[in-house]
Amino acid sequence: MKHIKLLNDFNLKETACKGGCGECQTSCQSACKTSCTVANQKCENEEQR
Amino acid sequence: MIHKYSMSGYNIVLDVESGGVYVVDDLTFKMLDKINLPMDKSCPDNLFKEFSKYSIEEIQDSYNEIYSLYESKRLFSDDNVYEKYSISAEQTPIKAMCLHVAHDCNLRCKYCFASTGDFGGNRELMSLDTAKKAVDFLIKNSGKRKNLEVDFFGGEPLMNFDVVKKTVEYARKEEKKFNKNFRFTITTNGILLTDDKIKYLNEEMDNVVLSLDGRKKINDRMRPRVSGDGSYDSILPKFLKLVKDRGTKDYYVRGTFTKHNLDFSNDVLHINDCGFDQISVEPVVCDASKEYALTEKDLSKICEEYELLANKIVERKKNNSKINFFHFMIDLKQGPCVIKRLRGCGCGNEYVAISPDGRIYPCHQFVGMEEWNMGNVYEDNLNADIKDKFSKTTIFDKEKCSDCWAKFYCSGGCNANNYQYAGGNILKPYELSCEMEKKRIECAIMIKAALS
Ligand code: SF4
Ligand code: SF4
Ligand code: SF4
Repeated sequence: MKHIKLLNDFNLKETACKGGCGECQTSCQSACKTSCTVANQKCENEEQR
Repeated sequence: MIHKYSMSGYNIVLDVESGGVYVVDDLTFKMLDKINLPMDKSCPDNLFKEFSKYSIEEIQDSYNEIYSLYESKRLFSDDNVYEKYSISAEQTPIKAMCLHVAHDCNLRCKYCFASTGDFGGNRELMSLDTAKKAVDFLIKNSGKRKNLEVDFFGGEPLMNFDVVKKTVEYARKEEKKFNKNFRFTITTNGILLTDDKIKYLNEEMDNVVLSLDGRKKINDRMRPRVSGDGSYDSILPKFLKLVKDRGTKDYYVRGTFTKHNLDFSNDVLHINDCGFDQISVEPVVCDASKEYALTEKDLSKICEEYELLANKIVERKKNNSKINFFHFMIDLKQGPCVIKRLRGCGCGNEYVAISPDGRIYPCHQFVGMEEWNMGNVYEDNLNADIKDKFSKTTIFDKEKCSDCWAKFYCSGGCNANNYQYAGGNILKPYELSCEMEKKRIECAIMIKAALS
């Protein structure tokens, strides 16, 4: 594409079916301890990735 | 829903529901405001008129590109399709625990939510017996979860180092019996670090959080010792040694900024210049009446500063220096699944905090608030009503969040901040935090655009 550059090529919707295993970090607990940003957390599920 | 903004010369467009992130040219950026849904396959006449300073071919092309993303449901994708999953996100096993091993501290940081180390109660250390009971409680309530996390927190946890060591030893023994995998984190102010302790922490802790606010003057103003002297000179060499010996394991140098250093980008860069590349410097959260509190009035300056910092980070990264700012980290390509994103904070549901005497609270920031006491590790009981309340804190339970463009990045903010500073309701986002969070996300994505 000439006018639009894609910074990613995945669809959040597709992560719904295999997700939700709950093995990843639960909150701000092991990092900053004052706020929660989820987008920087790691997924721990091999299948999901 | 889409969200668009320009920063540092990049026009950025997010498609909220699909997670799509795009950098577009000026024409496309403007055209997106004029699109009527459902989109027509052919470019409507009014767009040719509206954008007459561009060639017909360009307008046509740009429209077609927008349309192709629309057609593949990656632009203007349907809103709130995920609501049904928020039901399945209800009560979960507990998998993480914050152990307040020392409600005592050897610093007197002015903004400490632990009120100079004693959490509003008496100065107190956790006994080994209580810590073991807490580990048992976690294992027992963790269901099928394999990865269990324990954070040693305080006050200053190194004031109770022996209990930290023996707790780790105990958990390592128990994890084999129950097929679990413990991961430990410690947050320390560094004063009591010695070579032996550094060696131990580097071996046993999956993550260490090292408290330092930045420039000496800034750090020492807010983080004095009991004597009133600053802490910078004593801790910096210890932190440097720890990080040097740590290899590739995780750590953060973690600071706080207040009204006194709204130019906090200098503190982040100072920490980087000292030799640390994993950095987290966060806004102070405190009552608005405090002289160092951040308020609405500071917001535009803070946002400018985040932008400045983002640009500096781009510059440094382009010169191959290593720098990672915690709140600008974002994984656009994979990241957590959408179910995880519905409720970022697992406080009171997947995560609890334990006070030195064994009482259970939803998270470290609720410790000491009796109305949120969920039980006691000695009695092995847990208040199901409070757990239930926290399980229902998804972005669809928080009115403002379901309509917020940042919802899948932020995931609903901090329940404790909401409760303490936004009028006593865990479901009502704290506006000031929201604005800062949204700015950080915009900066984080701009950095990706600049480095792509
Ligand atoms: S580990 Fe991955 S799949 Fe599992 S809940 Fe977390 S983000 Fe979702
Ligand atoms: S920024 Fe505020 S409104 Fe938006 S998702 Fe986060 S907490 Fe909710
Ligand atoms: S409520 Fe706030 S402080 Fe507590 S765990 Fe969640 S994000 Fe962290």
